Amino acid sequence: MTTLDERLAKPRLTDRLVVRPEIGALLGAVVVFLFFTFASDKFFSASGAATWLDDAATLGIMAVAVSLLMVGGEFDLSAGVMTASTSLVTAILATQAGWNVWLALLVSLVFALTVGAFNGWLVMKTGLPSFIVTLGTFLALQGLNLGVTRLVTGTVQVSGMRSTDGYASAGFVFASTVDIGGTPFQISIVWWLGAIAVAAWLLVRTRFGNWIFAVGGSAGSARAVGVPVVRTKILLFMGTALAGWLVGSINILRFASVQANQGIGLEFQYIIAAVIGGCLLTGGFGSAVGAAIGALIFGMARQGIVFAGWDNDWFMLFLGIMLLAAVLVNNALRRRAERVRR
Amino acid sequence: MSHRWERARRSGRAVASLLAAGLLLASCTGPAAEPKTTAPAAASTPSGPLKVSVITHGTAGDAFWNVVKNGAEQAGKDLGVQVEYTSDGDPGAQAKLIDNAVAQQTGGLVVSMANPEALRPSIEAAVRAGIPVITINSGEDKSAAYGALTHVGQNESIAGQEAGKKFKDLGKHKLLCVIHEAGNVGQAQRCDGAKTGFAGTVQTLQVDISNPTDAESRIRGAVQTDSSIDAVLTLNSQVAARAVSAIKSVNAKAQVATFDLNSDVVAAIKAGDVLFAVDQQQYEQGYLPVQFLKLYRDNANVVGGGKPVLTGPDLVDKSTVDKVGQYVQRGTR
Repeated sequence: MTTLDERLAKPRLTDRLVVRPEIGALLGAVVVFLFFTFASDKFFSASGAATWLDDAATLGIMAVAVSLLMVGGEFDLSAGVMTASTSLVTAILATQAGWNVWLALLVSLVFALTVGAFNGWLVMKTGLPSFIVTLGTFLALQGLNLGVTRLVTGTVQVSGMRSTDGYASAGFVFASTVDIGGTPFQISIVWWLGAIAVAAWLLVRTRFGNWIFAVGGSAGSARAVGVPVVRTKILLFMGTALAGWLVGSINILRFASVQANQGIGLEFQYIIAAVIGGCLLTGGFGSAVGAAIGALIFGMARQGIVFAGWDNDWFMLFLGIMLLAAVLVNNALRRRAERVRR
Repeated sequence: MSHRWERARRSGRAVASLLAAGLLLASCTGPAAEPKTTAPAAASTPSGPLKVSVITHGTAGDAFWNVVKNGAEQAGKDLGVQVEYTSDGDPGAQAKLIDNAVAQQTGGLVVSMANPEALRPSIEAAVRAGIPVITINSGEDKSAAYGALTHVGQNESIAGQEAGKKFKDLGKHKLLCVIHEAGNVGQAQRCDGAKTGFAGTVQTLQVDISNPTDAESRIRGAVQTDSSIDAVLTLNSQVAARAVSAIKSVNAKAQVATFDLNSDVVAAIKAGDVLFAVDQQQYEQGYLPVQFLKLYRDNANVVGGGKPVLTGPDLVDKSTVDKVGQYVQRGTR
């Protein structure tokens, strides 16, 4: 095989696949899926799938937004607790102040976007690592959640959403179920698919997507060629906050109550899902679809272990080993990909 | 030519690493997926082995819930029922575990409802699917409304009142009630109950159960800043141990009593560091529902006459601690 120029040579299929960031996650998802399908009889059934897709959906919405932010080279540790903050804002306004749910949702959306913009602004303004800045926001929000909830309600959970104005219509949008062949699937799965589509389109089909890769790869070079670095990063932080609001809204309307300590610790699950999906911690490389597959692996494993009837005590061990395996495979593939690129 | 060999070797290596990952995944089935006696699951027919899913809000590794788990598993052994215990502290995740059990067509559900509203759709779906549900531990007042057969647990207000009354009888005047699980209504009810039973003033303090150091220093701070506090009520045995060492470290005069038992609390009662423990005998909360569900399936029996089945409070103090202590050792009290 002699070509005039290597750039004109058609790359082989395996090489074309291996450079894709989500390939490792996809293989992992197939392995996990087959594994639990054989380990239990109900895992691969309509109602089984409804269970693990439901589990993956809210995690997936967040993971997709977090993956964009990570490709942009930043972290958001306040993402987990944001899902609870937005729920609490909505619930307090609707149940305590007697507002219509839609209005309460709008205010909590504004709240989320404000916090997101603040995160981004502070990171860009100070030049501090976003890991530190958003850790601060995370702790602050955690305190606000507990403090404000106790102040307003006297307890640590807000409930009573089902009897508020506009609950029915908002519940229909955020927390209804879709019957497919007699099995109810949560609407959150539809939102998740929507989030994947929007994020994937943004990342690979728009100018903004190029900016994301550019600011994550090298902010200095991006700035030098005229990419609006500050605006891009602030928008990305607002994106994770927006996803946090969406998940918070889904949760509060579905579970009709929210605890002040919800969402803590979930931020790392989002990051893990994104990393399984091929995002680099250093930024500049990754995929929204991959992050969604990472969330799917999470959901399948979490529910699959229950389907398989294993002793719950081993659950975290399994999860840890599985995540390590996924990341190792990713790493091996990426090394290979880099060789292929050269 | 050599080019192609190189490529083949590389893809071989990638395949090998994938296989290794697959093996790694498969090999973790070792301890967990010990092949249990997997009889064909025939949950819906009243002849095969009954399968019961116990789904609680305890965090993994919590000593209290370990006893519940032991109770459920012992009942499973005694009665030939297949018991599966899972738990998640997050109400949304717990709801998903319930959906999971329904998807598996489990024969019976045992659920602790720390946050009833969040679990409502899932529990009602289970009831609609014809799965008998028994609620345990918390959520007593919502149990019947959601369609559960009965509730097995301790009435938190009554238990709190008993504890408060005991403190009053011991001549205490100012009580600090330590809450360790934000979002658990039952804990608020305990402290409110203690207020009712106790004649003097009651303050509450919020600590984080998953961070013992923080819990200890907060309690230390509270008894240091207000030296008139002469009684501390903790709602969990792990927090009780922290409270005892916090009070000792600053030589405060406050005396501790606690909900729930563990071997530290037993030792502390023997040593006189803890006055008494309010035991809700949670072993019964694991054991009884399994028995009730079996009775319900085999004989259509219901228990409780429309009222909750109370497993507590049983106040354990110096006079009874020796006998109870033995059972605490083996994880059944």
